[in-house]
Amino acid sequence: MQTHEVSTDEGQAVTTRVIGNARSNQSAHSLNVRKLSCLRDDRVLFDNLNIHLDAGQVLLVEGRNGSGKTSLLRILCGIRLPESGEVFWCGKPIHELGAAFHEQMAYVGHHDGIKGDLTVLENIRLARALGKPSSAAIDDILEQIKLSGYEDVMTQALSAGQRRKLALSRLLATDSLLWILDEPFTSLDRSAIEMFEGFMLAHTAAGGMVILTSHHEVNLKGLTPISLCLSP
Amino acid sequence: MNRLLRFYHQLGSPPYFYRISGRLLPWFSLLCFGLIAAGLWGGLVEAPADYQQGDSFRIIYIHVPSAWMSLFIYMVMAVCGAISLIWHMKLAEIISISSAPIGASFTFLALATGSLWGKPMWGSWWVWDARLTSELILLFLYFGVIALYAAIEDKRTATRAVSILALVGVVNIPIIHYSVEWWHTLHQGPTITKFDKPSMHISMLIPLLYMAVGFKLYYFVVVLMRSRGELLRREANSKWVNDLLESK
Amino acid sequence: MNQRSLFRAFLFLLKRDLIISFRRRSEVVNPLLFFVIVITLFPLGIGAESKELQSIAPGVIWVAALLAAMLSLDSIFRSDFEDGSLEQLLLSSHPATVLVLAKVTAHWLVTGLPLVLIAPLLAVLLGLPGEALTTLILTLLLGTPVLSLVGAIGVALTVGLRRGGIIISLLVLPLYIPVLIFGSNAVQVASTGLPVDGQLSMLSALLALALALAPLPTAAALRMSLT
Repeated sequence: MQTHEVSTDEGQAVTTRVIGNARSNQSAHSLNVRKLSCLRDDRVLFDNLNIHLDAGQVLLVEGRNGSGKTSLLRILCGIRLPESGEVFWCGKPIHELGAAFHEQMAYVGHHDGIKGDLTVLENIRLARALGKPSSAAIDDILEQIKLSGYEDVMTQALSAGQRRKLALSRLLATDSLLWILDEPFTSLDRSAIEMFEGFMLAHTAAGGMVILTSHHEVNLKGLTPISLCLSP
Repeated sequence: MNRLLRFYHQLGSPPYFYRISGRLLPWFSLLCFGLIAAGLWGGLVEAPADYQQGDSFRIIYIHVPSAWMSLFIYMVMAVCGAISLIWHMKLAEIISISSAPIGASFTFLALATGSLWGKPMWGSWWVWDARLTSELILLFLYFGVIALYAAIEDKRTATRAVSILALVGVVNIPIIHYSVEWWHTLHQGPTITKFDKPSMHISMLIPLLYMAVGFKLYYFVVVLMRSRGELLRREANSKWVNDLLESK
Repeated sequence: MNQRSLFRAFLFLLKRDLIISFRRRSEVVNPLLFFVIVITLFPLGIGAESKELQSIAPGVIWVAALLAAMLSLDSIFRSDFEDGSLEQLLLSSHPATVLVLAKVTAHWLVTGLPLVLIAPLLAVLLGLPGEALTTLILTLLLGTPVLSLVGAIGVALTVGLRRGGIIISLLVLPLYIPVLIFGSNAVQVASTGLPVDGQLSMLSALLALALALAPLPTAAALRMSLT
């Protein structure tokens, strides 16, 4: 397991940290982060961060609350702009790629990103329509997340755990290479967590990548995630 | 050409800008003061009284340049906004937001002097003519920019918002102007148009031009001062600012 | 991603928003009620002299339409912002401008179109002559989409603010003024029986401009609001 501890003193730049090993610089699908830095309210969250992630790898971002994990993930999605540095997907900056990058990634953040006034089925269809649809049938997806029979239930009537599963179902409904997940296992019970860990394993085995933060311990059988620890 | 590009590039660097603006400020201020003094002397004392309006026309020497400035500054704001959106140039952001209150003040001045002019001309403190109404709407546009900037906490995000708003405003200004003019025409025609013979005698025109350039210099002086202050505030943690403070 | 799937995504999002609005029918009705109430305030405030009412009717209806449109604006992006759907829209593989257009279209269908449909009733209340009625409907039909499109820019800029509601009016009302001028003037002139082709062409031009240009700053502003 590769772990790099990072600490930041107030206002001082941190030496370059490199996470992940660059097996090949221009692999077919890879996420490259160069000299990324992020500020919040004049506080440096992280500085000079370098990451290289290849197909089949999982990056686990750890750190205490407020250490910048969510900000990092949002920068990797392209939602948030870094103070300096760039994120590259397959060699090109993500802001140049725009929708082409978004087509290949899926993000599940703190909010579920589902509409309470729509049914479960409508929400899955919506997630599909917004991204690149996967070949999985909707019934199969519902079966996999154990929400079969809930097709026509209003999402606001579901429990928090069920809503979280629905939010995560977009990973199955769309065909994306890069999964960026912020605390995906919130509100999930043990069996649901194991189920999604299984999905992540299958995804990486098929050549996908996962970046996630989690307070829970992540147990991926046979696959050791690359660990990045941001600490304030 | 190369030297110009290099100068432009260097200008984007905060410490360089701070140094250069510090050196230019006294000269600009001097020139500004001189031009405005010349303009006021020419306009208030030397130029003959208008045969129709008598001496009350002299307010034109403040009203017209203010109105020009109010539009000019909005353009500058919009251009700096565009630069900051496309190239993320910090200095462009700072100049853009520092200009807003100055532009609003000039707009207000144009409105106030327009109103003062209106009393002897048309007998009331306010008339809903095209020019004044457009200026009033422009004032609201400025207020919108200032209010939006104040409402967003993260100032980097706030500048992005204001840049977008300024660009939207710039597209709307000709539309608003045309529609208001279409709605009512009372104000006299434009005082100086490029290809027409000026409607004023040359002795009245020259002080006006002095005032126009003088006001522009005033804007430069004030925006430089404000930008320098804002720059220091934003870069308070950086090395060059600490060095500057230590050397004082 | 090709043209067909883009168009399908547009239709899908449009349908989604219409379904959601339908399921929250009571909220949708509020701006319409506001429109009606404000208009009925004028005879009460000014006096029911039919001549006076008639002369101010075009302006009153149009100002009320502007205010009602502004009140309804918050609903365009607020709920999406709060439940995280807005992020997903911006992370979609489809261009944000098209998705924004879909949402604004849905918003107009639900808040603007009802205004158009109920306006004749109100015109009758205020004593607007029959000749002006078609012009009223036409101008509202051309103008209310512009109000939604331009208003969306203001909402996008303020959706991240806690109390953005007040600021939206400051941002958006100045931009509404050209529509107000041409719209209400057209109805006024039509009351006297004169042709209004010029005003209608201006309104159409404004609509075309808004359709082409407004989604861009809206999408940019949404991206900014989400940081």
